Amino acid sequence: MKAAVIVFPGSNRDRDMLMALERAAGKPALAVWHGETDFEPVDLIVVPGGFSYGDYLRAGAMAVHSPIMREVAKRAGAGVPVLGVCNGFQILTEAGLLPGALLRNACLKFVCRDIHMKVETAQSLFTAGYESGQVVRVPVAHHDGNYFADDETLDRLEGEGRVAFRYCTQEGDFDEAANPNGSIRHIAGIYNETKTVLGLMPHPENATDPQLGGTDGAALFDGLVAALH
Amino acid sequence: MKARVHVTLKTGVLDPQGKAVQHALHALGFGSVGEVRQGKFIELETGESDPAKARTAVEEMCKKLLANPVIENYSIQIETREAEE
Amino acid sequence: MAESEITPELAAEHGLTAEEYARVLAIMGRAPNITELGIFSVMWSEHCSYKTSKKWLRTLPTEGPQVIQGPGENAGVIDIGDGLACIFKIESHNHPSFIEPYQGAATGVGGILRDVFTMGARPIANLNALRFGAPDHPKTRHLVAGVVAGIGGYGNCIGVPTVGGECQFHESYNGNILVNAMTVGIAPTDRIFYSAAAGIGNPVVYVGSKTGRDGIHGATMASAEFSEDSEEKRPTVQVGDPFTEKLLLEACLELMATDAIVAIQDMGAAGLTSSSVEMSSKGGVGIELDLGAVPRREEGMTPYEIMLSESQERMLMILRPGREDAARAVFEKWELDFAVIGRVTETGRLVLTENDATVADIPVAPLVENAPEYDRPWEPTPPSPEIAAGDVIAKPADEALLALLASPDHCGKGWIWHQYDHLVMNDTVIRPGGDAAVVRVQDTQKALAVTTDCTPRYCHADPVRGGAQAVAEAWRNLTATGARPLAATDNMNFGNPERPRVMGQFAGCIQGMGEACRALSFPIVSGNVSLYNETSGKGIHPTPVIGGVGLLDDAALAVGIGFTDPDLTILLVGETQGWLGCSAYLRELLGQEEGAPPPVDLDAELRNGDFTRMQILARRARACHDLSEGGLAVALAEMALAGGIGAEIAAPPGEIPLHAWLFGEDQARYLIATKNPAAVLADAEAAGIPLAAIGSTGGEALTLPGTAPISLTALREAHEGWLPGYMDGA
Repeated sequence: MKAAVIVFPGSNRDRDMLMALERAAGKPALAVWHGETDFEPVDLIVVPGGFSYGDYLRAGAMAVHSPIMREVAKRAGAGVPVLGVCNGFQILTEAGLLPGALLRNACLKFVCRDIHMKVETAQSLFTAGYESGQVVRVPVAHHDGNYFADDETLDRLEGEGRVAFRYCTQEGDFDEAANPNGSIRHIAGIYNETKTVLGLMPHPENATDPQLGGTDGAALFDGLVAALH
Repeated sequence: MKARVHVTLKTGVLDPQGKAVQHALHALGFGSVGEVRQGKFIELETGESDPAKARTAVEEMCKKLLANPVIENYSIQIETREAEE
Repeated sequence: MAESEITPELAAEHGLTAEEYARVLAIMGRAPNITELGIFSVMWSEHCSYKTSKKWLRTLPTEGPQVIQGPGENAGVIDIGDGLACIFKIESHNHPSFIEPYQGAATGVGGILRDVFTMGARPIANLNALRFGAPDHPKTRHLVAGVVAGIGGYGNCIGVPTVGGECQFHESYNGNILVNAMTVGIAPTDRIFYSAAAGIGNPVVYVGSKTGRDGIHGATMASAEFSEDSEEKRPTVQVGDPFTEKLLLEACLELMATDAIVAIQDMGAAGLTSSSVEMSSKGGVGIELDLGAVPRREEGMTPYEIMLSESQERMLMILRPGREDAARAVFEKWELDFAVIGRVTETGRLVLTENDATVADIPVAPLVENAPEYDRPWEPTPPSPEIAAGDVIAKPADEALLALLASPDHCGKGWIWHQYDHLVMNDTVIRPGGDAAVVRVQDTQKALAVTTDCTPRYCHADPVRGGAQAVAEAWRNLTATGARPLAATDNMNFGNPERPRVMGQFAGCIQGMGEACRALSFPIVSGNVSLYNETSGKGIHPTPVIGGVGLLDDAALAVGIGFTDPDLTILLVGETQGWLGCSAYLRELLGQEEGAPPPVDLDAELRNGDFTRMQILARRARACHDLSEGGLAVALAEMALAGGIGAEIAAPPGEIPLHAWLFGEDQARYLIATKNPAAVLADAEAAGIPLAAIGSTGGEALTLPGTAPISLTALREAHEGWLPGYMDGA
């Protein structure tokens, strides 16, 4: 699998993502500077976490207007899988590649901790390495992760099986205490219509190394490698 | 010519910051305070001298960048130079 | 601009005494103009000149085979092998954080990050040591919220993990909170950048953000005692821009990979003044600056304002000739200002021009070398009485433990560190909340352990002992992860040094620190002094914060504090006499802050620490924790909570009263949880190390001798409940 990680001014989990991708694919991924307009063909595009443009104005709002994003949107439209994590998820919603928006956390504070989330379905490129309904533990680290969309959109997402992950307890129950940011219907990640674009707030790339306290994120990357090799 | 843009969350979008402000005001004794909504205020020099042109430009800016139509509304005020001085 | 007439009164308003002003006149051979007066004033402020502390700081050990650069540069540098150096420093931003907690704390983080990356290091960890006033003081909650948000706001955005620190409350900080920020970075040993300007004719380059009127006179504000009207000083506080700093970090490291830079210095306190003066002074050369070329954000700025501005996220560099265009391309790629603003000269003078007119002309050597230095009168702190354990009221152990765990100083600080991104960079092996955090060194097997420590209550009761204890505790915290402590940085926070008692505290703490650093081969390689932490004559407790760095050759050998399995034997390393004087038990349960603090036996520290580390590296310790405030019982509770596994503890041996055994704060002690107690005991016997098996792990409760089991749920509620509850309170 050849992957590209888009780097914006203010991206700061680009290296974490490159590490996780290399670990899974056995070869380095490509880092693509936001000012580029083109890059070599790849099997996967990743928009990583961080504070692109300082998250000033709205998280992700300014990155959308970087030259590279036209190319990302074009390839996404052509079916190239795109993964957006944290700030990457925010950017993909701002770009209109995913519906909804990410608001300030309900607790109003930045939150960095391990959370549990349920894999809604294993029927996607991104979750083929998991079981449907599996509960995984990965960290979150964000200030604006409170997913919002109107009811009609939410009903459609649910009806079309496009909710990728939901925050839950260790046992897999949905309760408010297990929801770190107040996301509506406990949504932690969603797909586009074709399930080739995934955005999620938690950081699977920070849960791929046993020395760092957990490896539940590794299956996402391993699954992608198996599907896209 | 200056433009002033207010960006606010749409009705129906939860505003935790507004809620926190409301709570704090109640705690300070301003018990009659009702709903509080927090937004953004952006002041910019448009570089235009014609108010209509300025408004069109700022509309465009709001749609493209300054507001997110999924969650936010905006309102625009164009300030002529005389009014400013 | 109408030049103000320079009078002794104006000099006094700039914080210069009559004697100091006379010295200015002698150096200049004429009356200075206002810009020159401003430059003298900031360079001779306590903050920049260390005029009160220098005499004492010189007595600290600063050398060792591991030390590449001791105090005097932007940060200290130590060798960690594999061609890599660790560069680190701690610095205070106390007064600005009191006035505007969010921005004060944020710019404190920004400043210390720049100190480290200006030397060529990529920052890999941030820590912060915080001290606030009494929880019931009307400002405390607001200050905690603002400072924590500010630290997080800056560190999270720039993407350096904030992995450790400490937070305590005491009424002595009511009017003077302490915000000390530490950054640790990594650089190749052959690419470390220093600040000495060199090469006559070389260009002087300004990079980063534009200059505005922020923080004018911040450095002198940081050196003046507060009065009740300090809140009016708000406009001088700088505003941080972590996004620009992230760009500046990446741009600097990118340029540092080339050979374009001769010298580089961050513009911290006293901005362009201290950076240009320090660079020329260290290089023994002159610098000429054209102030008209300085990128600026506001119109009509005077030379005085440009030189004294403390706008953030700026650097000054000397480039090799002909490298300007290559360097400019790097900074333009990162959308940062880049301007050639002057050149290195052979005159030894700082010459400032604007529109071809000279607006300041100062000989650099006397400005730096003839800076005032004081040997202020000091008096020692009278000794506190020793309190016998038998004279201290014994409370039921379970009640006492729960009360301690729910007290402001000893409760869990997760409310704080969950607001800090402590995982970014994907190298955090041991997260916050334990003894020291452990962060891997990229592209090696190694990891660094990092911590900050101080027990101000001890320092107040006995500065010498307290100073030694702060060093010993930092050293112990590193050791308890399996790391070999390498070196330290110190942040000396004290009251008004013009009072002999305060000066005596300073001298005493330095003496104790020096003794401990020497005994433990733990030199001080960088640091910061913050004096005049005093409001209306009330000074803070003496607070010499020690930031320690240790090395693990194999990150996989690091251990945390949490019990990992049931049926582990719990071993107590070190001798327990049950020292309750000046303890957390006395303060929190009996409302007494009195008595002599525990003695620090540095030989025992070294022996017991080396033994404990050896056991960890031999993979015999599944968990390890040093004993400090709250003693054995608090340490056990923390280990149980961190691992989610309970423990049962046997009755104390011999004569020692139970409450003294459980809550005494004797030093040089560790707890080890092991599967293989026989091997550890055998080693201890052979080495003559005091070691006792005191219990075993298991279950969902902590059972102390003579009390009913305390469920982990009850412990957790006590430990984790206080801070969020306090912060939520209206």
